[in-house]
Formats: sequence, C-alpha cells, structure tokens
Amino acid sequence: MPFIPHTKEDVAEMLSRIGAENIETLFDEIPSDLKCGRLEKVPPGLSEMEITRLMMKRAEMDGVYQNFIGAGAYEHHIPAAVWQITTRGEFYSSYTPYQAEASQGTLQLLYEYQTMMASLTGMDISNASMYDGASALAEAALMAVRSHKTSRRILIPETVHPIYRRVVRAIVSNQDIDLVELPYCKESGQILPESLDDFAKEEFAALVIPQPNFFGVLEQVDALTDWAHANNALAIGVVNPIALAILTPPGEWGNKGADIAVGEGQPLGIPLSSGGPYFGFMACKKSLVRQIPGRIIGRTNDMDNKTGFVLTLQAREQHIRRSKATSNICTNQGLMVTAATIFMALLGPEGLRRVAAHAHANTLDLVEQLEALNGVKRVFSGPIFHEAVISLPAPAQAVLQTMKQQKILAGLDLQEHYPSIGNTLLVCATETKTSEDIQNYIQQLKKALNA
Amino acid sequence: MLIFEHSRPGRRNHSQSPATSAVADKIPQNLLRKTQPLLPEVSEMDTVRHYTRLSQMNFSIDTEFYPLGSCTMKYNPRACNSLAMLPQYLARHPLAPEDTGQGYLACMYDLQEILKDVTGMAGVSLTPMAGAQGELIGVMMIRAYHESRGDKSRTEIIVPDAAHGTNPATAVMCGFKVVEIATDKEGNVDMAALKAAVGPKTAGLMLTNPSTLGVFEKNVSEMSRIVHQAGGLLYYDGANLNAVLGKVKPGDMGFDVIHINLHKTFSTPHGGGGPGSAPVGVAERLLPFMPVPIVGHEDGRYYWVTEKEKPQSIGRLSAHMGNAGVLLRAYIYVRLLGRDGMHRVAEFATLNANYLMTALREAGFELAYPSRRASHEFIVSLKNIKEKTGVTAMNLAKRLLDKGYHAPTTYFPTLVPECLLIEPAETESKETLDAFVVAMKEILTEIEEQPDMVKDAPHTMPLRKLDDVKAARELDLAWKPHSE
Repeated sequence: MPFIPHTKEDVAEMLSRIGAENIETLFDEIPSDLKCGRLEKVPPGLSEMEITRLMMKRAEMDGVYQNFIGAGAYEHHIPAAVWQITTRGEFYSSYTPYQAEASQGTLQLLYEYQTMMASLTGMDISNASMYDGASALAEAALMAVRSHKTSRRILIPETVHPIYRRVVRAIVSNQDIDLVELPYCKESGQILPESLDDFAKEEFAALVIPQPNFFGVLEQVDALTDWAHANNALAIGVVNPIALAILTPPGEWGNKGADIAVGEGQPLGIPLSSGGPYFGFMACKKSLVRQIPGRIIGRTNDMDNKTGFVLTLQAREQHIRRSKATSNICTNQGLMVTAATIFMALLGPEGLRRVAAHAHANTLDLVEQLEALNGVKRVFSGPIFHEAVISLPAPAQAVLQTMKQQKILAGLDLQEHYPSIGNTLLVCATETKTSEDIQNYIQQLKKALNA
Repeated sequence: MLIFEHSRPGRRNHSQSPATSAVADKIPQNLLRKTQPLLPEVSEMDTVRHYTRLSQMNFSIDTEFYPLGSCTMKYNPRACNSLAMLPQYLARHPLAPEDTGQGYLACMYDLQEILKDVTGMAGVSLTPMAGAQGELIGVMMIRAYHESRGDKSRTEIIVPDAAHGTNPATAVMCGFKVVEIATDKEGNVDMAALKAAVGPKTAGLMLTNPSTLGVFEKNVSEMSRIVHQAGGLLYYDGANLNAVLGKVKPGDMGFDVIHINLHKTFSTPHGGGGPGSAPVGVAERLLPFMPVPIVGHEDGRYYWVTEKEKPQSIGRLSAHMGNAGVLLRAYIYVRLLGRDGMHRVAEFATLNANYLMTALREAGFELAYPSRRASHEFIVSLKNIKEKTGVTAMNLAKRLLDKGYHAPTTYFPTLVPECLLIEPAETESKETLDAFVVAMKEILTEIEEQPDMVKDAPHTMPLRKLDDVKAARELDLAWKPHSE
C-alpha cells in the first residue's frame, strides 16, 4: 500500500482496541446514500520506476529552448547550493512556524529575508511574502484603500504588466474599488508626469508606479512619486528585485519615497517552472505596518533573555480577527522565500549588482544588433533595464514560429495585450545569455525575416 | 547568529555571479542606486553552513511526528519532488508557446480529470495558489453566478462558528456580510440556527465537512436542501478532504463549489508555510465562471482555455496558472497512489485517528465529542486539567516538543476550551502512535507531580518560551547594523 505502513496485524490490533469490526465501520456516521463507488477515472497506481519513466517522457516532449522571453518571469543562474539546501526535509516538510520554539530555523530565515527585502526596496519593513507579484500588487491596492479612508480609486498605468492589471481588477473589484488606467507616451514608452495633470482634481487612494515597466522602460519615478504625494495619494512601486541592485529603491523615490513596494520575487533564485510557485514581496513604510497583510516575523527574547524569533502582529490576521482581518491570506510562500534568501546571501550585494548590470548590458547588446537589421526598430526611446520592445518588418507570430524551429523562443508578441502596437516583440537577454547566444539569435532572426 | 553577522566587506562568491565589467552607464544618474543594499558578504560555505544549521532548528515531517490538526501533515514522497524538478519542467517559461509544453500540459489536464472524479464536480481549475485563494475564487464565483441572474439582493454568506478564520475573512474580501451560525452539543451545525439564517439575502453557505471539530456533518444533505431552496449555493472547504477521500464526493453531498488543499490531501510540501495550492471544482451551473487558465484537450493537443473561451470567467487570480510546480508534485502523488491508493487514504487516516483517540481516552484524556467517531482528527480538551492544575493546552503543547513531538493544533477551533486538535495522518505507523500515547501519558503524570515544570516548557529546545508580547510591542522586523 503506497505510503501506508500498516501491517495486517497492526490493522487487526487497532480495530480491536477501537472496538470496530472493520475499517468500514469507522465511517458509520456517514449516511450510506452519500458513499461513492470506485473512482473509475483514476488510473491504477504506478511504481516509482514507472512514474519516473512517464515524467521523463513528458519532460522530453517539452524540450529545452534558448529563452529570450521575460515579461515578468526571468531566467537567471541559480547557484547549486540554493535548492540543495532549500529542499532539505527540515525546510521542505515543516509547516507554518506556529510553535516558535520548534521552528527557529524557518523564523530566523524569514527575519533575514525581511531584512534583505526591506533594504533592497529601501523601505522600513517587509512582510514574509505573498503568493506572487500580481496578487501582491492587488493586496497593495487594498492596503492603500484601507489606509486612505476616503478614496476607493487606484490610478494604474498601462505600462504595468497587463496580466497584473487583470489580476488586480479581479481581486479589488469585489470590494467596489475602481482601477483607472493611465495611458502611456507612445514615443518614450513611459508615463509622462505631465499626463497626470488631467487627474489632479480627482481623488485617488494610490498611484501605481512600475520600475522598470512592462516594456522594460524606466519610469520617471521621482516626479511620479512626488505627484502622488502632492495629490494625497500613496505611491505604490512595482519593482524587479534584481533591478534594485542597481536602481534607486522605491523608498528613495522623490522627496518622500514610495509608501509601498511590491513585486515578483521569482528572479531571486526561483526557476521559471511554467509560472509557479513563485513569491510576491511586499515592503512598506513603518507608518503602514498595521495595514500590511500576510505573515510578519519579529525578533524577541525567550525566558532566559536569549534572542529568538516569532510570528508577530497576528492581531491583523484571519485566524484571530476572522471577518475583520486585513486579508484572508494565511500562508506565505515559505519554501520560495527560503530559496530567495539563500540566493541573496550567496550573491551578496556585488554579485547581485553584477547579475543586474550584465543582464542590462546583454539586452543593450541584443537591441543594438537588432537595430542594425533591416526594418527592425526599437519602439520606445526611454532608457531600459533588461528588456525592450522591438518592431519587426514581418508578422511577429510567423517570426516566432520560425525562430522556435531553431530552438529559440525569440520574445513575447505584444499584440494580445496592446492591440494597436503592431508587429512587436518584447525581448530580454539576462546574464544567462552569452555573446554567442546573442549572435545566434541575430543570425536566426535575419534568416527568419528573409524567409 | 544572523547571516549578516557572518558578513565581511569584500567577501564574495566568484563562481556564482557573472565575471563581468558591465556597468549601467546608459541609465540616467537619478535612477541609479546610491548605496549598496544590506545583503551579507559571505562565502558559499558560510552560507551552506548557516542555513543547514537553521534547518536543524526546525521540526518537520521528515524528522518528527507532526500531528497538527487540520493541516494533514502526511509524508511527502521524495519522487514527487525529484520528478517535478526535472530540468525541462524547471526551465519552461510560463509564456512559452503551448506546443513547447505539451508534456507539462498533459500532466495538468490529467490532474484536472482525476480531481473531477475524486470530488464529483463538473469542472476543475488548478489556478488558486493557496487554500485562502481557493476560497476567495469560490466565493467570487458564487457572487458572479447570482449577478449573472440579475440577483443582486444576495449579500450574505453563512459560516458556522467552527469554521477556519479564512472563511469569514474571505467572504468579507468578496464584499459579503458574514452571518455566523452556532454548533450543537454533538458538534453538528445547529439546524435551527441555519433555518433561521437563510433567506432571500443568502448568497451561500461555506461548510467544512468533516468539520474542524473532527466529526462528519450528518445532516449535510438536509443543509444542502435548505440552502438551495432559499436560492443560495453551497461552498465546500476542502481542508478536511483527507478524511473522506475515496469515500464521499463533495459533488454528491450537494456542493456547488469546492476547493482542495493539495498541500494537505495530495501531499505537496508545506514548505515552512507555503507554497500551497488549492484547485477549485464546480458544479455544472458554475462552469462559465471558473478562473482561467484551464487546460483543454482536443485532437491529441493540449491548450490553454482563457478569457476568450470563457467570457464570464471571474478572471485571473495569479499571473499564470497558479503554483505549477506544486501541481506537478500533486500529479505525481496521485499517479503513485492510483485508484486503490486513493481509496485507502481516508480509510487509514480515519483508522489512525480513531485508534489514537481511543488510546488517549484510555490514558485519561478528555474528548470534546466522546460519543462521536473521529474523522481523520479529533479534539482533546484540557479544560478540567486547567481548572485543577493551571496547566493549559499550550503548556502541554510545549512539553510535547521536549519529548520530540510537534504539538497538535492548539486553541482551534475556538469553541472548545483548552483544546488540542490532533490529526495523525495515514502515513504514520502504529508504533509512532503508541509512542506518542506514552509521551502524552508521561505528561499527564508530570502535570500531577510537577505542574510548574510543565508550565515552563519547553526545556530542551534551542530556546525557551518566547516573549510574544515584547515582539508585538517593541517591533523589530528587520536587522540593522547598529542595532547590535
């Protein structure tokens, strides 16, 4: 019996002690008309050898491609130690650290994570993580509305990841919160601070500021943050954690700094793995600490005055507050954060800076060589981090298909999300790409365009 | 010692980051970071030692019996992890074309079909990233259903007082008012209270069955009839599905929408508190509202079903398809169990729970519902012990840590005073349960002979009892170099 250790003798002894004739007797409180028959659609069990063969066969069907797609999920080198330590049973198979004395490993690690994320984002505090970047942004919007009290509207630029906008809409619309979309400058690919003038008379709980934005372009974060504050709105930064190794952290934007910083934590040591599990991060100013959702770890002492760590501010959470909680969320993405913390420790400030700078340089290199091709143009003039939108002189889908046959995923076609944008690709070359990889991309694209 | 305290300026792991001279000189100065972030500067060996040492300070299923009620801490098979981490699965970009992910999509499609069969629902979407998100999505679908019928007067969700805190919190997040109903002496929902609560404002009832009290709601069919007759829908919180897997299907109990905690019933890792994963299942009438994407299958090809095919979908709650890697682990688990294994889960979880309940009762512990069968879990109350000795459920929980057992869930459900919610999953052997009973008996003796020692527990952990009040009052949520 897979994963059940009971011998026949065990079962007999246990039943006799319970005073039950057989196992079925134990279900005698369930009305018999509710009991189901056999699970016909569940196939018979496989041995470990058989499931290994099946999973390997299916993995081979998927193959391996040179990936130049970013768009919110980025391929970075993950040091070997990260997942070897993360999948140790003591991390992998433990649960929420409710019994603090028996969970100091997880608790201390989360405190270290909070410290790293607070510093990376330039904020006072960080929670112990959220589900993913998109849902973290939704939670930030809810948090802004809770703390604003009078406005239930959020100003969100079209340069924010289109899927994030959908997720935020799906979540916040339950609470009658309006999302007002802010158009971008078609030339620079940014939000122009002057475009906000139209909204100055209206009241907003928050302005969302992506850095870099979905097009890879860097926004004028100082002016945008100051506009939010001048208009009595919170500034919510949506940031890439790798980029923060070189970019001004949200806590230092404008005169007062952004109020909340959120983002997708995946670039910090989490494999792409079809979109999850990833983790969202959320950091904020001290003044918002009682509004922040999710788990938070605090440092304290034990009875002998030794330093230790506990879950704290639980009075915000659903298991205490029930219907009055800040959110219904009751987990973080513990294991993902374990990996991210080890990743950040291994890379350190200089390692992380190098990853960011190299990814930036690679993408600039790719874009420069692309621009040299006939009819290929960079679409936006704004400065970029490690992604760019390029326009093609041929249908994007056809080009992607041809490139795919050469085992290259050449980028993301933006047509679906920005119907008027034309034949464009969002491309990304992280530090994982060598100059030969970039050369190969250019050669193959040349062929694809001439085909 | 914190990782930051191992740090030395200039120390670096040269093999793990790019050897590059790249600088970001094309980026405008005002957008560039001026000060280095507070990340440790440590060697790979320091890092490995530090986090290995931290891991050793954790209790886990791999190291201890972990009878945490309502959490289903069953063994996480190793193959589920190693096969989900095959390089092709890890490398696949979420926005890569469908035809470069047919193997992965096939697994997801199969998982959807298996979960449909196991739960008796008409459709399954795998996207929710945790139980609480599954609940949110479920309640959103209930709302969307009523709204699609032009029925906007349904503003209330009924929740039994024994429910997980996520139930009422979710209903509020979804814009509903919560109506709490009481539990009767036998641990069932008070039917009179339910009848009084339903009406034209009822959008739905959220129910966990077996309930968090560790008993099966015998009147579930009657409850379903009452709620449906009032025009409401029935939500099944699958937190305790492990107790009835392969025995009863939520669809057959009349539920319209359910979520399944894969990290409980389908043995995906709890990971120190996540990632979870909680697919939702729906009855026929809620099919149009399911969250996207879902995996479709036609002519031997697997593809994403999105907003285009499901215009009434409540939308997306995660950027891609939820916790994909967790879903793969669950898929591998169900294939290893197979049909017969699936039927055995509830049987042996229930056998273990009833055996342990009997043994603890014989040892002198008081049960909250002595006349009932245990489901896969049961409740011991220390109310009388506390009155006599002052020793609380939390004290006993901490003392168990000293004896090498993770504590059961304490003080939940809140309606049983001084309670321990105990769930020995089906993967535990009789010897482990017997040894746990011995430890519990020893503590009972200790409570009589030296109650103060028990009150001061734990004694053998790396730390003694921690000061929660200080933690909340003098908030220290991030280390600062000068704070030492």
